[in-house]
Amino acid sequence: MSDVPAVRFIRVCRRFGEVVAVDDVSLEIQDREFFCLLGPSGSGKTTCLRLVAGFEQPDSGAIELAGKPAAGVPPYDRDVNTVFQDYALFPHMSVRENVGYGLMVRKVNAAERERRVQEALELVRLPAAAERRPAQLSGGQKQRVALARALVNRPRVLLLDEPLGALDLKLRQEMQLELKALQEKVGITFVHVTHDQEEALSLSNRLAVFRDGRIEQVGTPAEVYEQPATAFVADFVGVSNLIQGTLATSLTGSPGAFTIRPERIRLVSESEALGGDVCSTTGVVRDVVYLGMHTRYVVELPGGERLFVAEQNRAATAAQVHAARGRRVRLAWERAAQRPVAGSR
Amino acid sequence: MRRLATALHLRPRLTLALLLAPPLLWLGIVYLGSLLALVMQSFFRLDDYTGLVVRRFTLSTWRAFFTPANLDIVARSVAMASAVTLATALLAFPLAYYMARYARARMRAFLMLAVLMPLWSSYLVRVYFWKLILAKEGVVSYLAAIVGLEGVLDFVLALPVVGGPSLSVSPLGAFVAFVYVWLPYMVLPVVAALERVPASFVEASFDLGGRPRQTLRYVTLPLALPGFVAGGIFTFSLTLGDFVVPGALGNSSFFLGQAVLAHQGTAGNVPLAAAFTVVPMVLMALYLVLAKRLGAFEAL
Repeated sequence: MSDVPAVRFIRVCRRFGEVVAVDDVSLEIQDREFFCLLGPSGSGKTTCLRLVAGFEQPDSGAIELAGKPAAGVPPYDRDVNTVFQDYALFPHMSVRENVGYGLMVRKVNAAERERRVQEALELVRLPAAAERRPAQLSGGQKQRVALARALVNRPRVLLLDEPLGALDLKLRQEMQLELKALQEKVGITFVHVTHDQEEALSLSNRLAVFRDGRIEQVGTPAEVYEQPATAFVADFVGVSNLIQGTLATSLTGSPGAFTIRPERIRLVSESEALGGDVCSTTGVVRDVVYLGMHTRYVVELPGGERLFVAEQNRAATAAQVHAARGRRVRLAWERAAQRPVAGSR
Repeated sequence: MRRLATALHLRPRLTLALLLAPPLLWLGIVYLGSLLALVMQSFFRLDDYTGLVVRRFTLSTWRAFFTPANLDIVARSVAMASAVTLATALLAFPLAYYMARYARARMRAFLMLAVLMPLWSSYLVRVYFWKLILAKEGVVSYLAAIVGLEGVLDFVLALPVVGGPSLSVSPLGAFVAFVYVWLPYMVLPVVAALERVPASFVEASFDLGGRPRQTLRYVTLPLALPGFVAGGIFTFSLTLGDFVVPGALGNSSFFLGQAVLAHQGTAGNVPLAAAFTVVPMVLMALYLVLAKRLGAFEAL
């Protein structure tokens, strides 16, 4: 553990023709951190990863790896390894040869290589697959081999480019848990690119939310979810209601825009007495989305604005929640749950 | 018409059989049949007195084939075909790599056209152009004189085995013309093979510490090998069977194609010509076995 950031972006820009893929990004990723780059496709997160790996060079600004400038250092001399989105396992080599590739090109002797390959395969729980070819592996197994191939080199930083994107939901959740456990076990920095906000929240120690090549917010999952800095973050990370303009004035007395999470809004009865620190309004339920564990109501306010409201299905059945459609409802939330935000969506 | 279409739609096997029958008949009877007839010819013999082919099984033609002079022809042809294949592969790789990896659509189309365009003109015309280029008073010696490299040219021509009185009358000249005429047949399959290698494989190799040379050796070349082998099938077999280039540009020593031509045309010895024709077939079979041993088809 050291105080020098494992990866540091200093005002980095990267353009592709007219498109600014990465726009003035400054970022510090600490040693041994599980850091997620979260954002929609085309937001520049993968380009940032490729800048760290050395496949791209910044047009301006600088990148430091462990305190040393990375400019002019080719990918093969960087103490960084990547797990590619398509895994990029070499089809003409066995699993053993794939995993041992980094050691082979660095001329590690055969006995040491053999030992470390076996160790890496055990780490990803594939000890018996050494002789197989990538074509004979399932998606989840390829994923593990790609991880082993990167980790066997004991890099300072492991870069993961949406590695779970191609897996089905169950396997993805399983691999998320394994990734997290693996990172704690090997104790190196993981930089993980994803567009899945749930994945970013559950895996990372800290995350950066990207939009149009810029960072909107950096923080812990709790900070980003509970105190979104912008309306975009509030909307992209989880579901959120943005309240601004006249509606904000009528509800709170001031025109300052704020966001409120659907699960913080309650459906309350007309008669319920509400305290002074509670905000309330009425509306009509226009749509009901039954999601199993909870239900999402779309409530239309008198001014035509629509709010999402989420309620746990503790006792209600699907038929009961669907019956709410068209009903007049009263909404209430604690003022403390409101998050003032800057910028528009 | 509609009823026929429906009937065929409901019987996919019949449709398949009808579609495959013409090409299979062509390949089976016209092509393989004549090939078989050819091989059989090599087991007949020519009667020296009457000049007629005796259609009775005999090994005497094959005995006549295995003379040092004939084996010289085989060795010369194989050496030339190997050299041409190697040279076209070396020339084709950088071009194919650029086309498959870096060239934008327009540049790619232009290069593809540039590679294919020579095939639009007659092969004979192109070969005889090389004769003019390489002749004693031709373009090459003219340019060599201007830049003061006559010495180098003379030195090359004085080399044993490959040299000769002038480039247009030497194995070296034939080699140059061969490389030129068969190059497109090597470029195209290698481009196709490289296109099937995702850029992420090369990046993965760099990422894992593979230097450019190691990446080329362990990742790019093995994955492009099927393309080289496919291209080599063309360049190797086309060189083995050719009689125009060595005739126009070579010296007086024969190549396989010329031997076939001379024996069945001038001498009328069809059995011996047939024996000479069997040689490239055997050599190509060996080439494919060797390629398979090298793992050329594993990444397919």
